[in-house]
This record gives sequence, structure tokens and C-alpha cells, in this order.
Amino acid sequence: MSDQEPLLQVNHLHVTFKTHGGQVSAVRGVDFTVNRGETLAIVGESGCGKSVTSLSVMGLLPASGKITQGSIMFDHQELTRLTKKQMRRIRGVDLSMIFQDPMTSLNPTLSIGTQMTEGLVHQNKVPRSEARKRAVDMLKLVGIPNPEERMKEFPYQFSGGMRQRIVIAMALICQPKLIIADEPTTALDVTIQAQILELFSRIQRETGVAMIMITHDLGIVAKIADRIAVMYAGEIVETGNKRDIFYHPRHPYTKALLDSIVRIDLPSDELHPIEGAPPDLFSPPVGCAFSDRCPFAMEVCDHVQPLTTQLDLHHRAACWLLDKRAQAVRETVEK
Amino acid sequence: MSSNDVSESRQQSAVVHPIPDDWFRPRSRKQHDAERLVRPSTSYWKDTWIQFRKNKLAMGGLAFLIMLGIMAVIGPMLSHYNVTAQNLVMQDLAPSPAHWFGTDNLGRDVFVRTWYGARISLFIGIVAALADLLIGVAYGGLSGYKGGRTDNVMMRIVEILYGLPYLLVVILLMVVMGPGLLTIVVALSATGWTDMARIVRGQVLQLKNYEFVIASKSFGSGTARIIRKSLVPNTMGPIIVQVTLTVPSAIFSEAFLSFLGLGVQAPFASWGVMVNDSLSAILSGYWWQLFFPALFISLTMFAFNIVGDGLQDALDPNLRS
Amino acid sequence: MAKYILKRFLEMLLTIWVIATLTFVLMHAIPGSPFNTSNGKSINAVAIKNLEAHYHLDQPLPVQYLIYLKSIITFNYGPSIRQPTQTVNDLIGQGFPVSFELGMWTLIVAIISGIALGVIAALKHNGIIDYLAITIAVLGISIPNFVLATLLIQEFAVNLEWLPVGTWQGVSYMVLPVIALATGPMAIIARLIRSSMLEVLNQDYIRVAEAKGLSPVLIVFKHALRNALLPVVTVVGTLAAGILTGTFVIEKIFAIPGMGKYFVDSINSRDYPVIMGTTVFYSTVLIILLFFVDIIYGWLDPRIKLH
Repeated sequence: MSDQEPLLQVNHLHVTFKTHGGQVSAVRGVDFTVNRGETLAIVGESGCGKSVTSLSVMGLLPASGKITQGSIMFDHQELTRLTKKQMRRIRGVDLSMIFQDPMTSLNPTLSIGTQMTEGLVHQNKVPRSEARKRAVDMLKLVGIPNPEERMKEFPYQFSGGMRQRIVIAMALICQPKLIIADEPTTALDVTIQAQILELFSRIQRETGVAMIMITHDLGIVAKIADRIAVMYAGEIVETGNKRDIFYHPRHPYTKALLDSIVRIDLPSDELHPIEGAPPDLFSPPVGCAFSDRCPFAMEVCDHVQPLTTQLDLHHRAACWLLDKRAQAVRETVEK
Repeated sequence: MSSNDVSESRQQSAVVHPIPDDWFRPRSRKQHDAERLVRPSTSYWKDTWIQFRKNKLAMGGLAFLIMLGIMAVIGPMLSHYNVTAQNLVMQDLAPSPAHWFGTDNLGRDVFVRTWYGARISLFIGIVAALADLLIGVAYGGLSGYKGGRTDNVMMRIVEILYGLPYLLVVILLMVVMGPGLLTIVVALSATGWTDMARIVRGQVLQLKNYEFVIASKSFGSGTARIIRKSLVPNTMGPIIVQVTLTVPSAIFSEAFLSFLGLGVQAPFASWGVMVNDSLSAILSGYWWQLFFPALFISLTMFAFNIVGDGLQDALDPNLRS
Repeated sequence: MAKYILKRFLEMLLTIWVIATLTFVLMHAIPGSPFNTSNGKSINAVAIKNLEAHYHLDQPLPVQYLIYLKSIITFNYGPSIRQPTQTVNDLIGQGFPVSFELGMWTLIVAIISGIALGVIAALKHNGIIDYLAITIAVLGISIPNFVLATLLIQEFAVNLEWLPVGTWQGVSYMVLPVIALATGPMAIIARLIRSSMLEVLNQDYIRVAEAKGLSPVLIVFKHALRNALLPVVTVVGTLAAGILTGTFVIEKIFAIPGMGKYFVDSINSRDYPVIMGTTVFYSTVLIILLFFVDIIYGWLDPRIKLH
């Protein structure tokens, strides 16, 4: 435990997209922090804004997307106020990102070696020979056999799992302070998934890099995360450490999410998918975004956005059930 | 582990007015309407048409082509001049109320000849495209359907034919068969189908393995139903686009061949022939003799190209919103 | 790579053989002897016999075919029928350098300007520059080169008198024909590059390159353009064929003494040896060009060597 300033502090972040159909509020007032060396998992269904959040931090929002409010403090710098050029000095130096699909994350017409070293050479002004040496070391670290020879090869000569290892090595080579991994194992086989997650844990132990792991898979979260933020419809509905979220979930959405995972230790008829679909973010709901699907919804949920309740040091949730006035309902729910 | 990441932003923005206490009771459960479809389900072709209609440029192109088709039929009748009638007294007249598009060096009315040229150009374009379609679908369909060795051999042949400079082959055919309308159509059809065959084969191969085809088979759907409901809508798109793009290229080829003296023979007019005839006239300042046929060749090709582009966009499911 | 080149080389020979045979068959499908349809002059029977013997037309077809194949392999296409003092080789020797110069300049101008236009349009997607570029591209495809050529002559040579036309004596004579011939292919390349560039710019590896903090210039030229070029390389052959046939009309309009002019003349006078010789020669040139294009493709796309 350290009491120094967090590495990344995102406050009240709002992101909207201009589309042909109108404005979409993809991220609506998100707050979270990442401390040095820890892993924060952002969990949620697809379309909940978790990828948009991470792209905002990277400064890689597409031209149609815009940060309308909020701040992103990274390593004592306010990222939302940087110019494109200044932002580029941070990406690939202190900040790295790993994308979902290793099959498309590598340029098919450039050799692995070129793609590994170009960030170092152009961005960090490392001499080419030194960059190559570091690339070989990195490939070794992520478990690519014969790295010297394989540097000359092209992406099509590697399997999916190998490619994701290369992508990870590529993200690590600049020795960043923070890596954002957007569903890094979704596109992989289950057995490879486990290997890659193991690799992440090992890398974190060895390099002390902080990580944001974006995922919809609670199994991954359980393995790798220190803290968890549950996102729904562009908002963070509950944050807490692993124990809080898995054993004492307070938000109905978190509970529903936990109920919906397949668990070997339960009979299959106890699998409860969440009914309904997330709200339309072209016209976000006035009240709680989850109220339409929430089995415990009250009148208030339709009309007023719930406040965030600090449950203990790390555990927070935004739900009306946690309000004093809802005590009666809460008791029936918890039975 | 983390510590003091207390954030108050949410609290600050929260509502301050009092909330009635009776709002903190379980709500009467609302009907789930979340699962209704966002878009009304329309048929494939209707959907394509709706998408296409949004594209103003392509609609303009379509309107032009429809008008051109109408004028090709009735245009020559709107004037009392005959397409081949020469009148040496009326040589090289500028456009006027009597001759809307002027006259050529033999005193023939350019207005009538332009619409007559439209007939020939459209005829050649459409027949060549249909012939391509027929040969291409038969050849590509067979190749893709049979697969394996047959497919291999058939596609090798296409590859070799593809390597041939097709206009040269057309020119050779024209030399051998003698110039004329029929010859142009035959020559263009004989050389133009390879692209279509490749596209059709690709579509067939892809569809054979599509999960929804296998799925509808396993649900016991009849073959006719599979073809009507799944195969046709999904293969027709690229084929129709190819047809719309074949028409202008056939029209260009005709104009090109006519220009070389291998096209439609005098006294009949095609746009290419008219351009060729007016080459020397342009230096004498008789611009209208070149202008009108050249304008209509260009406009027609432009219209077919933008309609083809528009169709391509309309048929692309990824672009639908 | 060597295996790939060898395979493409053999395919190239096969294609040349097919076109040569096709030409032979087509030419011999014409009823009668070329001398029967002489233009007005009466040639007596003995003279025709002598001529036919001279051109091996009295031999059985298979023998003629072998003689013909031999002439192709030795690049000796024999004399012209209409101008017996000149061989087909002479005509090619006089005309080809001029046509080649015209064709190559056209190809270079079309490729460079087409790529530039397409890349700019893609980078400014849905902006004014993009719409402008699309309009130029569709217009370029829609206006036939012979129409454009006449318009250019009318405007720049006759009205404004900025540039000379007729014959082939230097750079200023080349400007108008090259523009007339290059506009169509340029438009096709621009459209292709624009759409493939848009697709490539949406790929994950571009996002990855951005995440590495690479500069936009580096991303466009190193990561995007190379991949966006691949579909263009595949149509260069077709474009070259279009440019080649385009030289026929352009040389005619601008009175350029190239091979296209001889070819068109030979068509109009039904000079069969010249038609056959030039057709086979043209095809060979094109197919050799295609062969080089394929090698460039193999170099651009590392995956190709595998297949």
C-alpha cells in the first residue's frame, strides 16, 4: 500500500460520438484511478463504453468521438489538454495498448522485427542495433523460441497465440508505465487464453507495469485483477477490489453479471442470463440506466440518477437500493 | 493495494430537490420492450432500394439513364429529319431551331443522329452485359459448384484469357468477321465474360460453405427455398454491380472500335462514328458535331458508373445504418 | 521466391503461345487469300501463285503454323503485304520506341497522380477534397480518351496555342497526348487507392501503430500505403493493356508516328502479316509487363511466396 498519487486518475469523463443518427453519449461521467504497478479490470457488456474509455486515455478516439467533459491525469500530466503532438510523445513511451485481435494487430507486409523496433527507433530515438537487441530480449520474455531468426519473419508465419505474445512484447518494449489491454484474450482458444493470462501476471511481477484490463469475462478478472470497475451504459456502477466484487456485490447489475457466468460447480439450470438490452445511448435515460432490466427497480430509479455510495475504503456503488430510504426494499431483496 | 481514491464528482452533480418517499418502493414491473427490433424488417430488395434512393447522385444517374432510354426510342421521331438523309445544301449548320444540334458535313441532322446513336450504344451495352451475365454465370457457377479439379482447370483457362489484351482480341475478331453491329456484340461477349465468371465462382464457393445454407439445409428447408431465400439475395449483389459496370465499358469499346473504323458502318450512326467523323470538322470550328456525341458518351458512362457505385453501396450490408 | 518467378515465367510463355495460336487461327479463318481482295489493281494468277509461295500460303496449314511459330520465336515477322519493301520488324523498329515512350510516360503519370489523388481523398475522407477527388475520378473514367484528346487539342493547341501537336519532337509534344491517355487510368487508380486506403486505415494494425506514437506521415507511408497498393498492383496489367490500345487512337489523333498508327493502318488496309506480327508483339510486351508486375506484387506482399 502506498499513499502517493495514483498513476492514472480519470475524473468525470464524458465522451460523445457524432453519427448519422445523432449524438451518442458513449461514456457518461466515468471516474477511476490506477495506481502504479496494479491491475484494474474494467468489466461490462459490449457497447458499455469500456473500449471508448480506454481509447480516450490513449488519445486515440476516432475523429467522430470527442471528450466533452472531465479530466485524465496521467503521471502528473493532464492528457485532455495536450496537443496531438504532445500526446504522441506519451504514447509508445509511457503508455501502451494491446488490442483485441492478434490476427489483425500486426501489419501483414512488415517483418516482426521492423514492427517490434519501429516504436523504439522513431519514438524513443534508440539506435537500431540496440532496439533489435531489446526486441530479441522481449520476444524471449514472452516465450517466442529462436527470437533472433523469427524477427525476420512475417505475421502470417505465426499462430494466433504467438502473435498475441508478439503484440504484448511490442507493447512492453518501450518499458511503459501503463498498459491498456482491450480484451487481449477474447480472440484466442481457451488453452492459449490461460497461457497469455499467466504471461501477463508474470510480466507484471517482473516489470512492475500498471495495467488496465478491459474485458467482459469475469473469469479473467478473477485471475488477474487487483481492483475491478463494473461498467454499464457508459457509467461505472460499482468499483471495488476482487473480494468486494465477487463476494459482496452491491449493485444489481454486478450481481446479475456474476449470476450469468457459467460455473462448473453449479447445475446448468442456475444460469441466469440478464434479460433485455442496454438502453439506447442516443437518448440516455433520465434515471438509472439499469432500471429497465433491474429486477429490484423502484419508482425513484426511473426518475433520478442514483448517487455513488462509498461502502468502505475501496468499495463504491451507484444504486438507489443503498439509500437509507430504500431499507425496506433492500431487506426483501437480500432475503 | 490502492487507497484514497475517493471521488466526489458524482455526488456534486446529484439532484438536490427532495425525492418523495413513496418512490422508494418496488416499481410495478414494466413490459420489456427492449427486444423489439430496431429496424422494421423489410425485404432485401426493398431495403436496397431504400438505401439507393438516399444517394442523390446515383438517383440522378438513374433518372438520366431512364430519360436516355426514352429518348433513344422516341428521339428520332421528334424530328422530321431522317437519320441517313443527306442534304448537301445544309452542310455544317450550327445549332438552330431547325436543327437543334446542328448538322454534319453531309447535312445530316445531329439531333436525330445523336438519339439514333443512343439506341446503338444502349443496345450494345445491354446485350454485351446480358451475354456476359449468361456466359459468366454458367461458367463461374459450374466451376464453383463442381469444385476440385474441374474448378482448377476452368479457372486456369480464365486466368490465361484474362492475361490476353482483350481489345486486341476484339480488334482481331472484328478484322476477321468484318465490321458491323452484330460483330461488335459477338466480339465483346466473347472476351468480356471472364470477370463475371470469376465473381460468380467466388460467390458460389463462398455460399456453398455458408453456415446459414448448411443451417437451412439441416432445418429441412427445400432446395428451392434455400435458393430463393438465401442464395439469390446474397449472390445477386456483386453480380448486379458487375453488370452495371459492364454496360459503360461495352459502350466505350463500341465507340473506340467505331473510332478505329471497325464499328458500326456508315450510313448508320453510333456515337463513336460521329466523334470520328467530326475530328476534322472540329478544326474548322464546327464544334457541335463533336460536342453532342462526345457529351452523351461521357454522360452515359458517367451515369452508369455512379449508378453502379450507388448500387454497390446500397447492397453492402456493412454500410446500412 | 525463385520458384514463384519460375512458375510465373512458364505461365507467361503459355499465354504468349495461346495468343499467337489464336491470332494464327483467326487470320486463317478469313475466307480466301489476302491477294484476292487487292485494292483495285488486277494481279494475274501467276503473280498470286508467286506471292502465295513467297508468304508460304501454298503450304498445308500445320506447316504454315510451324513456320509461323518459328517466326515468332526468332522475332522475325516477315514482310508487309501492302508495302513489300518494309518488313514487320522495320515497322516495329520505327514505331515501337515512340509508342513505348508515350505508353511509359502515361503509365508513370497515371500511377503517381492516381496514388496521390487517392491517398489525399482517403485522408480527407468525406471532406471537400474527397468529393472533389471522387468527381475528378468518375469524370476521368467517363470521358473516353479520344474525346478528351480532341478537347485538349481544341483548347490548348488551337484556341490558346500553348502547346504544339502533331509528330513527336520533344517534351512539349508529349504533354497533351500523355494527359489524354493518362486521365482514365489515373481515375481508376485513384478510386481503387481511395477505397483500399480507407479500408486499411480502419485496420487494427494502424491503431497499433498509432498506439506506438508513430507520426501520421510514417503511418501513412510505411504502414498504410504499402497495404493499400496491393489491389492496385493487380490491375496495373489491365491498365497497361488499356493504355496500349489507347495509343492507337491517341497516335492517330495527334499524328504521332508510333506503332499504333501502323497497326491502325494495317487494320484498314487488311495487311495481315502486319496485323499478326504487331498483335503478337503487343501481346508479348504486355504479358512481359504483367510478369514484372507479378514480381513486384510478390515483393510487396510477403504472403504471396507461400502459394
